[in-house]
Amino acid sequence: MAPDAVERIAIESDADVVTARQRARALAVTLDMPSTDQTLLATAISEIARNITTYAKRGEVCIELVRDANGRRGVKVVARDHGPGIADLERALTDGYTTGGGLGLGLPGARRLVDEFDIQTAPGEGTTVTLVKWTRG
Amino acid sequence: MAVPILKQGPFLIASIQSALTDTDVLQLRDDVMAQVTRHRSRGIIVDVTSLDVMDSFVSRSLQGIARMTRLRGAETVIVGIQPEVAFAMVQLGMSFEDVQTALDLEEGLALLEAGFGGT
Repeated sequence: MAPDAVERIAIESDADVVTARQRARALAVTLDMPSTDQTLLATAISEIARNITTYAKRGEVCIELVRDANGRRGVKVVARDHGPGIADLERALTDGYTTGGGLGLGLPGARRLVDEFDIQTAPGEGTTVTLVKWTRG
Repeated sequence: MAVPILKQGPFLIASIQSALTDTDVLQLRDDVMAQVTRHRSRGIIVDVTSLDVMDSFVSRSLQGIARMTRLRGAETVIVGIQPEVAFAMVQLGMSFEDVQTALDLEEGLALLEAGFGGT
C-alpha cells in the first residue's frame, strides 16, 4: 500500500476551522472509525484549530492516516502556528484557565477527547499540537 | 450561512441547517436577540439536530443566548443534541447546567407551552 498522503489545511479564518474538522472526519470514515470517536476527534480539532485563529491568527492543520507497530490504524493531526506560544503550559492545560476570553476548555478538553496528545511550545516561537485518535480493536 | 428564525405564535424557532462558523454563531445570537425584542417572544427553540460538532465556542454561545434571552423574559430551549455530540460535550467539560434542553422540536415546544411547569 502506498504511504498515506498528508492533507494540509491552512487555518486563517473560522471557516477553515470547520473545514479542518470535516476533512478529518472524512478520513476517519475511511477507517470505519465509530461515529462517536469521529465526533470526539472532530471536536478536538475544532478546539485546537480555533486556538490558532484566536491566538496566532494563522497556521495550519495537517491530517494523515497512521498505523502503529501492531497494524492498528488511526488519524493523526498536527496543528502548527508561529504565534506567541504559551508561556505557562501547565496552566494552559488546566480546565478553566484562559487568556483568550473563552471557557478555558480548549486544550484540556481536546486532550480528553483523543488517545494521544502532545504539545510543543515556547514564548515567541509558536505552538505545535499533535493528537492521534486510534481505531478500536 | 445564516440560520433561519421562524416565528410561531409567542415563540421563535431557530433551525440550524448546517455546520456553523464562529461568525455564524455570533450572527445567530444577534438575530435571536433582535427578533425576541421585535416580536416580544416568550420562548425560543434552537434546533441543533444537524450539528455534528458542538465545541466549546458553540456551546458557550448557545449558553449566552439562553442567558441573554432570559434577561428579556424569554426562555430558550436547545433541542436535538445528537447522542455522540452530547458525549463529546461532556468529555470536553461543557455542562450546560443552566440551559434547558429537550429531545426534539416537539418536546421543546411542549416544554415552552407548559411554561417549564410553572417556573
